Amino acid sequence: MTQKLVVIGAGMASGRVLEHLFENESGFEVTLFNAEARGNYNRIMLSPVLSGEKTYEDIVTHDADWYDTNGVTCHFGTHVTAIDRVAKTVTSKAGTIAYDKLLIATGSAPFIIPVPGRDLPGVITYRDLDDTNAMIDASKAGGKAVVIGGGLLGLEAAAGLAERGMDVTVLHLMDHLMERQLDEAAGFLLRRDLEKRGIAVKCRASTRAIVGKDRVEAVLLEGDETLEADLVVMAVGIRPETRLATDAGLSVARGIEVNTQMQTSDPDIFAVGECVELDGQLFGLVAPLYDQAKVLAQTLMDSPAVFTPKELSTKLKVTGCDLFSAGDFAEAEGREDIVFRDPARGVYRRLVLEDDTIVGAVMYGDTTDSNWFFGLIRDKTEITDMRETLIFGPAFQGGAPSDPLSAVAALPRDAEICGCNGICKGQIEDAITAGATDLGAVRTTTKASGSCGTCTGLVEQVLAVTLGDDFVIPAAQSICTCTDMTHEDVRRMIKSQELKSMPAVWQACGWKTSCGCHICRPPLNYYLLADWPLEYQDDPQSRFINERKHANIQKDGTFSVVPRMWGGITTPDELRAIADAADKFAVPTVKVTGGQRIDLLGVKGEDLPAIWRDLNDAGMVSGHAYSKGLRTVKTCVGTDHCRFGTQDSTGLGIKLEKTLWGSWTPHKLKLGVSGCPRNCAEATCKDIGVVCVDSGYQISIGGAAGMDVRETEILCQVPTEGEVIDVIKCVTQLYRENAKYLERIYKWMAKVGLEWIQEQVADLENRATLVARFEVSQSVYRKDPWAQHVGRAETYQPLADLTLEAAE
Amino acid sequence: MNDWIDIAPVEAVPQRGARLIKTVHGCVAVFRTATDEVFALDNACPHKNGPLAEGIVHGASVTCPLHNWVISLETGVVQGQDEGQVATYPAKVSDGRIYLGAAFLTRRAVA
Ligand SMILES: Cc1cc2nc3c(=O)[nH]c(=O)nc-3n(C[C@H](O)[C@H](O)[C@H](O)COP(=O)(O)OP(=O)(O)OC[C@H]3O[C@@H](n4cnc5c(N)ncnc54)[C@H](O)[C@@H]3O)c2cc1C
Repeated sequence: MTQKLVVIGAGMASGRVLEHLFENESGFEVTLFNAEARGNYNRIMLSPVLSGEKTYEDIVTHDADWYDTNGVTCHFGTHVTAIDRVAKTVTSKAGTIAYDKLLIATGSAPFIIPVPGRDLPGVITYRDLDDTNAMIDASKAGGKAVVIGGGLLGLEAAAGLAERGMDVTVLHLMDHLMERQLDEAAGFLLRRDLEKRGIAVKCRASTRAIVGKDRVEAVLLEGDETLEADLVVMAVGIRPETRLATDAGLSVARGIEVNTQMQTSDPDIFAVGECVELDGQLFGLVAPLYDQAKVLAQTLMDSPAVFTPKELSTKLKVTGCDLFSAGDFAEAEGREDIVFRDPARGVYRRLVLEDDTIVGAVMYGDTTDSNWFFGLIRDKTEITDMRETLIFGPAFQGGAPSDPLSAVAALPRDAEICGCNGICKGQIEDAITAGATDLGAVRTTTKASGSCGTCTGLVEQVLAVTLGDDFVIPAAQSICTCTDMTHEDVRRMIKSQELKSMPAVWQACGWKTSCGCHICRPPLNYYLLADWPLEYQDDPQSRFINERKHANIQKDGTFSVVPRMWGGITTPDELRAIADAADKFAVPTVKVTGGQRIDLLGVKGEDLPAIWRDLNDAGMVSGHAYSKGLRTVKTCVGTDHCRFGTQDSTGLGIKLEKTLWGSWTPHKLKLGVSGCPRNCAEATCKDIGVVCVDSGYQISIGGAAGMDVRETEILCQVPTEGEVIDVIKCVTQLYRENAKYLERIYKWMAKVGLEWIQEQVADLENRATLVARFEVSQSVYRKDPWAQHVGRAETYQPLADLTLEAAE
Repeated sequence: MNDWIDIAPVEAVPQRGARLIKTVHGCVAVFRTATDEVFALDNACPHKNGPLAEGIVHGASVTCPLHNWVISLETGVVQGQDEGQVATYPAKVSDGRIYLGAAFLTRRAVA
C-alpha cells in the first residue's frame, strides 16, 4: 500500500529529501505545500539574482515537469495553518488532507529588530525571491540603501544593491564585519574591499528607529546620527520557523527538536532543515541540511542512518571578496597562531593550532588552498611534520611544484571538494571513471558544484587530474586579466544593469585596470553599441586599427582599400574611377577578391581620406572589408542570364547587402545567394546562405570556409523575397545580441543549438521585434564611414612635420 | 639646451590615441592617455616595426596593432614575455599644448 507523505515547505532541505526518495523509487504519494508561490529553487543563488548575474530561471531546482513526472501534488502559495496529530491531517486554504507521514521543512524566518518604523513600506528582509524582486524594483529608482547587519546575508545584499547602482551603507552592531566567521584582520580587509566598491561600512552602529511618513525616509542610530534611506534591508539573523510545530504540541526548543534520524517527538512526524534543533545545535548552511535530507530519506525507507553534524566552512559570494573561514579561531590558552600576510596583494591567512592539529582557519584574498586546510581541520590531522611550511599550503609539502593541479592531485580521496553537498574527491573520481567526463556530467551524477558553485574550479581540476590530457580545463574564461568575469557575465550585466558606457562597465564589473586593455576594450565597445545603439557612442579608440581607420593594415603599415560592389555588380564608370584612383595614389597592387570586388593594396595611411573622396565621388562606399560586420553578399547571375536560375539571385543579393551593410556583428558576416541548387555563389559555406529553388528560398546558416570548413544547416524555407530579408535580419540581430565577440555564427550555433534559433525565427511576433531592433541599430550604422572620415581628413595627417627643422 | 618645441593643442591627439610627427629620421608617435598625459616614442615596434601609433592605448601602455606586443609609454620597454625597448623622447603638456624636448631632434640625428 502506498503511504501518503505530506511535506510542509518546498525549500532546499525538503527538495533534497524528495530527490533521494524518487531516485530510490520509494513509492510514496507526495503532497507538497509551500508558502512561497513557487517550488524549490536554489535559495543560495538569490544573491547572483540580486546582482543581476543570474535570473530566477537559472536557479530553479525543480520545475513543473519534475513535480509532474514524480507525481507530486503541489500546493504553492499555500500556507499550512494547522496540524492535527490525532486525526493525522494538515489544514490550509486548500482544505484538510490526511497524512501517514508528515515532514516539516519550514526553514527560518528573518529576525526583525523591534524598533519603531520596522513596518514602514521600503523596509525589506532578505530571505526569498519576493524579497529579492522587491529590492531589484526599489533599486531601479537609484537612491540610498541602508543594510542593517554586516553578516553573510547583509553583505551579499549590499553588494547586489551597489551593483544595481544604489548608494549603499552597511550598519553593523559589532566591531568588525562577519565577526562570527572572521577575525579582526580579515574583517578589515573585507571592509576595505567593500569600501573600494563604493559601499560605506559603519561598525558599532546600533539602530534606534526607522523613520518616515508614508514610507521609509531615514534610519536613526544610537548617538543620534541620521542616515537618509530610500530602502532599508534588515539582515540581522534568522530564527527557525517553528510556529506550526509549537501549535501542534511537538517538542520545540529554539528549533523543532529531532533525534539523529530526524524524527520529532511524534514518531510519524519528521523535520529537516533550518527549522530543526539537534542536541542544542541549529543549522544555517546547506551542507548539514543535505546530510539531514539523506538520513531522513533513509529513515523513511526503513533503513535508518544517523545524522552527525560536521565541521562547517563559510565562503562569501561577493565577486572580488575571496574569503574562507572554518572551525574555531578564538584565542585561548594552549592555542597558537600561524599568520601570513601579503599586504600588497591583500592576502591574509591565519591558522589556529591546538594539540598539533589545526582547529580553525581564516583566509582572505587568496583562498585557493582552503579545501586542503579544511580537510586537515575536519580530520584532525597531526601537522607537526609540516608545521614550518604549513601556511604556504599543500603545494609546499614534500617539495611538489606550486601549481594548482599538483595541489589537487595531492589531495586524498576523502578530501571534501564540494562543501555544500559533502562530495569528496573520491566520489568525483569514481563518477569520472564511470563516464562523467565533463563538468555538467559530474554535476548531474554527484551534485558536486551544483549548489553555491564556488568549487566549480576544483571539480574541473579533479577532472583534469583524473583524465589527464583528455580534459582541457575551460580556461577560467574571463575576458582578460582586467576582470574575472566572462564575456557572458559582462554581457548580462550590460543588459540587466543598463550599463551604457565603458566606465560604467568597468565600475560595475570591478575592472582591475584603469581603462581596460587591447583584449577587453574591443568586445566591450561591441557589446555596448549592439545593446544600446541609440545611447552609446562608438569609441574608435577601442577598436583595432582596421576598424578605426576603415581600412586593412598591411604588414608594412600601409592599408588596403575595398569599395563596395553591391551583390558583386559593377559598372564601367565605377571600374574607371577605381583605375583612376589606383593611378593617382600609385597603388602597387590591384586584386580581385573572393567576395566579388576589387582590393587596392598598399595605400599610405595619410592618403586614405583622399582616395575615399575620389571613390565617393564616383558613387562608391566602404566595403567594410576590414570589419567585424557585414562583408559581402556573393551572388550568381540567377534568372537574368542563367538557363538554370530559378529566382533573381543577384537582385536579392543586392537588396540584402543594401539592408545589412554597415551593421556591426560579433565577427565578420559573409552571405551568399545562389540562384539554384547548383550553388555557384557557394552560399552553403557562408555564415548565412540562400539557395533559390522553384518553390522559394532555402535559408541556411553556420557555414565556414576558413581554418574550419563547414556546410551551413537549413534554418527554414520561405516563399517570398520579403520574408528572406526579414528572416535574415532577425537571425543577424539574434546573433548580434547573443553571441560572444569574435564568435562566428557556426560557433554560436554550436552553443545555443540550431533548434533554438529556429524557434526564435519561427515565432512571428518575436521575429518582428528582432527585426525592429535591427532597424533601430541600422538607423545609426547604415552609413558610409568613408564619407564621414573624409570630413576629418586632417586627423590622418601627421600632427607636425619637423623634417625641415632637423635640417637646420 | 632643453628648449621645448610647441607641437599642437592637446585635443589634436585623441584621448587613448596617438598622432605622428615626421622627422628626417622617421616618424615619432605622440600618445595621449585617458588622463591627458602625453608621451613620445619612435613609431616602430621592436618586434616587426609595427606602427605603434595605430595601436590601442590602455593605461600608460600601447599594444602594437600587428602582433599585440605591449609597450610601456613611460619607458618604451616591452612588457610581459617579450623583450625589447623603443626609444622615448621628453614630452609634456603645458597650458593645454603639447611640447616635445627640442633635443630629441639632435639625439635622433646622432642615433
Ligand atoms: C540570500 C541567501 C544566501 C545564502 N547563501 C548561502 C550560502 O552561500 N551557503 C549556504 O550553505 N547557505 C546559504 N544560505 C542559507 C540556505 O539558503 C538555507 O540554509 C537553506 O535554504 C535552508 O533550507 P530549508 O529547506 O531549511 O529552508 P528554506 O529553503 O527556507 O525553505 C523553507 C520553505 O518553507 C516554506 N514555509 C514556511 N512555513 C510554511 C508553512 N507554514 N506552510 C507552507 N510553507 C511554509 C517557506 O516559504 C520556504 O519556501 C543563504 C540564504 C539566503 C537567504
